[in-house]
Amino acid sequence: MAYSYQLKRVDFIFRNENDWEKVLSTTIKKKPDEIINELISSELKGRGGAGFPTGLKWKLTAESKETEKYVICNADEGEPGTFKDREILSKVPYKVLTAMAVCGYVTGAKEGYIYLRGEYKFLENELNKAIDEFLYYCQEINLDFKIKIFMGSGAYICGEETALMESMEGRRGEPRNKPPFPTQAGYRNKPTVINNVETLVHTWTIFKYGAKKFYDLGVQYSRGTKLFSVSGDTPKPGIYELELGMSLQDFVYEFGDGDTKAVQVGGASGFLVPRKKFKDTAIGYEGKLVGISLPTGGSMMLFNSSRSMFNVLDNYLEFFREESCGQCTPCRVGCQQLLLGIKAVKRGEKPASYLDKLLKLTETMQLTAKCGLGQSVANSFSSIVENFREEMIY
Amino acid sequence: MNPIQSLIKDLADQYGRKRENLLPVMQGVVQKEKYLSEYTMIEIAREMDIPAAEVFGTATFYSFLETKPAGQFIIRVCKTITCAMKGKNQLLFAIQDMLKIKIGETTPDNKFTLLETNCLGWCHKAPAMLINDDVYTEVTPEKVREILTGYIKETN
Repeated sequence: MAYSYQLKRVDFIFRNENDWEKVLSTTIKKKPDEIINELISSELKGRGGAGFPTGLKWKLTAESKETEKYVICNADEGEPGTFKDREILSKVPYKVLTAMAVCGYVTGAKEGYIYLRGEYKFLENELNKAIDEFLYYCQEINLDFKIKIFMGSGAYICGEETALMESMEGRRGEPRNKPPFPTQAGYRNKPTVINNVETLVHTWTIFKYGAKKFYDLGVQYSRGTKLFSVSGDTPKPGIYELELGMSLQDFVYEFGDGDTKAVQVGGASGFLVPRKKFKDTAIGYEGKLVGISLPTGGSMMLFNSSRSMFNVLDNYLEFFREESCGQCTPCRVGCQQLLLGIKAVKRGEKPASYLDKLLKLTETMQLTAKCGLGQSVANSFSSIVENFREEMIY
Repeated sequence: MNPIQSLIKDLADQYGRKRENLLPVMQGVVQKEKYLSEYTMIEIAREMDIPAAEVFGTATFYSFLETKPAGQFIIRVCKTITCAMKGKNQLLFAIQDMLKIKIGETTPDNKFTLLETNCLGWCHKAPAMLINDDVYTEVTPEKVREILTGYIKETN
């Protein structure tokens, strides 16, 4: 029997719309509270991967009594397998800029920054042109808001929000302790809203079409659409906007090459799902009622049966070992030891049971590492080792 | 004032001399000089009144702020998973074979430095590489020979 599947393609984000001036001027005629309530009722969650409710983030910053506040657009897109934010900034920069300005209006921030990763420096000139034109209009309507680009210099960890702020303050990109959260003490220790590029574009959709339109898409706990960066063993790699809540099985039917062995959901810091679990896995934020639900910043990498999962894990671990900021021991030493460990097992220098010791180590890292990088190494490590143990050994 | 000192002074005038201006100043130097020498870092520290150790610590954190001499064109080949699956090694062999350098080395004429780097964000068009700020995607060994020939001609 043929399997019938349904993926819901949507076209909001890249829809070519030339009315940003109108969207901006009508949105800032509303009261800040009204805008915040609209965002909250849309149930938009952060699209960088962590999934914090966007409306609440804006609200917390707006409530702060401080007069100096900031808006930051996180364009340090470094997660392996993710490439959507660049596409947004090159195709619809005005939506991002408008959303930043509205956020400034709502929270009382007068300055916004786009932290652009060094690998995307070729975008800088075009983006600056868009910013100039945008700020010219802001002046015309007496909106006191400035936007500048801050260039990164090749450090994955700077995508972590507090590391990004350290970097903007001219230091090593080492994550801070939380709390305090950026909404209380962020850039220059002032209340800061920091949102992923895609999150900002979704707020534009909500401003323009209303919260209900957004809320009606997706499923419970995972409302709206999401951009997916599809790569690996697929006949059609690229960027796709899909409704949240789809099953991984449906996704593989659409994007697989007929021989899909596993899918890495959420990049190197995410989870590897083997074929047998495709139908029990949904893509969305936690809280779905059936099966497991995996959040993702949008990275979907497909592997077919010709791929060695040992090589995949080896590649991830080398990535983490290099990108660990080195500040806390569990992550710095943990990443090194995991990489040495799987190689030793592969060469037969350590018994297969050594893998269990390494799994314990990732548990320790998950509990004790200071930031998401060290904590999330356990995700890919355990999901690969537990599902493809034989490939690690032989 | 020697050329490095005046470059640093110009950049500090442009961006400011506060700690938060350190990255833009260092990026400006790297743009021109390709790397930050020990001398350069000490001069940045002096100009901005920041401890030299702090400048060194910050510079060495960022992979695009080179602290070793580098050529006019820095080739960075992406080595992360999808590029590794889609022929990054063949690409590296072709470059090494053509330029007669290994990863981490610079050609004797100081034109090219070959490096590997982590995910460049072009996984749907793998393998990808950067030459300075310019991106090249779906690079085959034939294509890379053409690209490099272009750079060589441009500078001769």
